[in-house]
Amino acid sequence: MRLLYFAWVKEKTGVAAEEVELPPSVTTVGELMDWLKTRGPEFADAFARTDVVRAAIDQTHVRHDARLAGAYEIAFFPPVTGG
Amino acid sequence: MIRVQEEDFDLGAEVALLKEGRTDIGAIVAFLGTVRDRGGAVEEMTLEHYPAMTEAELARIEAEANARWPLQASLIIHRYGTLKPGDNIVLVATASEHRDAAFAAAEFLIDYLKTGAPFWKRESGPEGHRWVEADARDEGAYARWKTTKDAAE
Repeated sequence: MRLLYFAWVKEKTGVAAEEVELPPSVTTVGELMDWLKTRGPEFADAFARTDVVRAAIDQTHVRHDARLAGAYEIAFFPPVTGG
Repeated sequence: MIRVQEEDFDLGAEVALLKEGRTDIGAIVAFLGTVRDRGGAVEEMTLEHYPAMTEAELARIEAEANARWPLQASLIIHRYGTLKPGDNIVLVATASEHRDAAFAAAEFLIDYLKTGAPFWKRESGPEGHRWVEADARDEGAYARWKTTKDAAE
């Protein structure tokens, strides 16, 4: 699965994009964030407040309870500030 | 029409293009968003985006506006990259027979864009840099259209 990070989520993780193999127990966006937190201090910091991190599955906004089955690309980012 | 680009655009030229060869348009509303320096605190603004998602999201927003109002044309241009105070960031333009639809649709487009389009602003100034935080008022402006739609259903 491809993971993308944007804005301060990217700054904190130090990673823009990566391919990961997820454990079978990780089935939702929320569970994925909890798993990411365990990957080191940078990730723990980036996902310390999961309530403010937004997610998209295959370029569509999703809630944290969205299921990952069939997903190709998951993106994590702060609330958007364009316009 | 949707354009996501690094280069600047010209409001007059874009509006001229929107109505070129058209005699059925009675009203055009254009919203231009620009970089402000917040009293000298901002020297530079960098806009990051999620290219694969940005165009899809803007197209979805534009289709939604066209489903709600009788628009004859619409245009969204959003820039990314490094900008200076005074620079153009975004243009939303709507054309319709009468002004009501054009005004409402333009406001809807910018409200939806601000809460949905995957852009992030980073300001740099004498005090360093910071990511701009989402403004709760933008969520409120967005929610207002939800209510209008729900009430109509």
